[in-house]
Amino acid sequence: MANRLISEMGLPKSIANVFAARSIKTAKDALSLTEFDLMELADMGLAEVTSALVHISERVSPPYQTALSLLEQRNRNEQLAGHLPTGLKGLDEALFGGIPFGVITELVGPAGIGKTQFCLKLSLLASLPMRHGGLDGQVIYIDMESKFSSKRLIEIGAQSFPEIFHMRGMAQEMAGRILVLRPVSLAEFTESLQQIKILLLERRVKLLVIDSMAALASGEFEHGASKINPLGWHISFLKSVAELSRIPIVVTNQVRSQSNDDTWRYNFQVGTRRQDLEDTPKYDSHLIAALGIHWSHAVTIRLILETISGERFIKVAKSPMSPALAFPFSITSSGISLLNDDGIEVVGQEISTIHCHGHSEIIGSDSLQFHG
Amino acid sequence: MEVGRLPISAALKGKLVSAGYTSLSLLSSLSPSHLARDLNISENEALDILKHAPLDGRIDTSSGHHVINGAQTAWDMLHEEELLTRITTSSVDIDNILGGGISCREVTEIGGVPGIGKTQLGIQLAVNVQLPVHCGGLGGKAIYIDTEGSFMVERVLQIAEACRDDMSANNALSQNVHAGQVGMQPKDFLENILYFRVCSYAEQIALINYLDKFMSEHKDVKIIIIDSITFHFRQDFEDMALRTRLLSGMALKLMKLAKKFCLAVVLLNQVTTKFAEGSFQLTLALGDSWSHACTNRIILYWNGNERYAYIDKSPSLRSASAPYAVTARGIRNNVSNCKRIKLM
Repeated sequence: MANRLISEMGLPKSIANVFAARSIKTAKDALSLTEFDLMELADMGLAEVTSALVHISERVSPPYQTALSLLEQRNRNEQLAGHLPTGLKGLDEALFGGIPFGVITELVGPAGIGKTQFCLKLSLLASLPMRHGGLDGQVIYIDMESKFSSKRLIEIGAQSFPEIFHMRGMAQEMAGRILVLRPVSLAEFTESLQQIKILLLERRVKLLVIDSMAALASGEFEHGASKINPLGWHISFLKSVAELSRIPIVVTNQVRSQSNDDTWRYNFQVGTRRQDLEDTPKYDSHLIAALGIHWSHAVTIRLILETISGERFIKVAKSPMSPALAFPFSITSSGISLLNDDGIEVVGQEISTIHCHGHSEIIGSDSLQFHG
Repeated sequence: MEVGRLPISAALKGKLVSAGYTSLSLLSSLSPSHLARDLNISENEALDILKHAPLDGRIDTSSGHHVINGAQTAWDMLHEEELLTRITTSSVDIDNILGGGISCREVTEIGGVPGIGKTQLGIQLAVNVQLPVHCGGLGGKAIYIDTEGSFMVERVLQIAEACRDDMSANNALSQNVHAGQVGMQPKDFLENILYFRVCSYAEQIALINYLDKFMSEHKDVKIIIIDSITFHFRQDFEDMALRTRLLSGMALKLMKLAKKFCLAVVLLNQVTTKFAEGSFQLTLALGDSWSHACTNRIILYWNGNERYAYIDKSPSLRSASAPYAVTARGIRNNVSNCKRIKLM
């Protein structure tokens, strides 16, 4: 909307001409200047400039909607009340139906915990016919770490939905709906995102998976490396695509170990909390999400996958609606399954920390189970 | 003051000056008929001049001492501030440190780490502003400007339902059944939230310019929430000096709106890390000059395992922090252990 031409906004001819002569062509050009910059540039009085800006602003401002009409519109138009069920009963209940449409959902966890397994399962679910609780749509799977395994995909499908996958041709049809892209650089990734935008807007694609977002950018995320975030564009792009096409977007994120610099506090906390700082034992297995705080602001739902004393947990770490719950899970031949559906309530900040106790043992036992 | 500043026609101004009335103070003690005779104009015209002219003179006798046009004495401001109305946050502890809640006529910035509850507080305020005055609201509507796409209408419904329940419990308890207010249903709460989705920084600036006109058509709006002020300005900018200028222009306009329409403006902000005094610290985004732009600044943070709100900046309130909780029903007091409010 901000790219609309000023010449077509019905401003008085004299003012429109001055703007055009100073190559202020779109509303964005005009609004990117302060009133005083504009006065100087166009050699006009404050009153004229202000009234021109008021005029332009009114035409560019987005319209409003009441929250009620927004709710009714969503309820009318969306199957499954705007959620993709994960098939994990407890988690679906905590998320009020599953992975929500229109926002970014992030999976964070150490390598081998089961992020890719979860993504594969979600891809299958989105491609399933509606009568089986799926979204009956295509899936775009951006595989940045070459971890996508079609063999494993079919295995999960056959184990979780035997009635479908044992029908003739269904396995082919389901797997045929999942489109895998493998960009090798940030530039290529950017390009593929732009290409799939059209596909997404045609509304046949029902799920976008990016596994993982951190792979290409992690090297560029050093502290203070640059003022401009290399993923800044991708963040706004993904958010707006999620919203425009109203599909769920699932992104995985890696972890890195927490360094001393990461004891982030506000300056009013420094000093008052020094004591506690020294008292807390440093746990060696304390991890944080690889993409920084800027990225964390952008995701609407964050699910953390972690291990605590050799047991895997999935936690709802950030969500506008859900309570802070953790569910123990295991990885089986049918993908991820929860060990219980009630969940364990997590108190306070614990919900956003990533544990990794006894992680290596379970990874070892898994590989025996699957590949041994 | 010069007569040149009077909003009257040039011809009349000329007559005033040629008759020797160059300063407004000379007009203050005149009757219309006297002036009409002096200037050789009709009495109606004279009355017109006097209506505009000696505003200061006339107010002298009533309330204030307006030496300079538009200025207010501190004493008058005190009276006005006492009338300042506040919107409850639904957490008694936060309300206490804020002197009753988020105040009208002021711009309040609220920042914090991802997941701390900024959007939750924003939605809570959008619902609470609709409560009747005796329940801590203003009985007005809310404008919610979403720049990030993180507004979840299902969550608004949840909070509105909890709010309705609280209200009816309140009414039953005090036998204080106000007709018309009892019937406030979750749908009504949703109906009164005007939601704008802003997709670029240019749209954000345009919308804030336009709000002045929009507000004069929707006078019942009592709060404007922007969630978040930061998002677009953090993604698409390379020229930091321009960013600062645009942001401060925006802050000025928001302040004007807050004063003119007597409403609360709440800006949600993200955090970033900053290298200071040899270590990385958390700080609210948009830089140091932005931190001057808002009247009040509240930081939400983790203190151990509890969420706290801290008043980082306020001209009238002392620095203090108070615990709160985010529950399924919205923002509430931290009940697990009723801690005392810590003053710093």
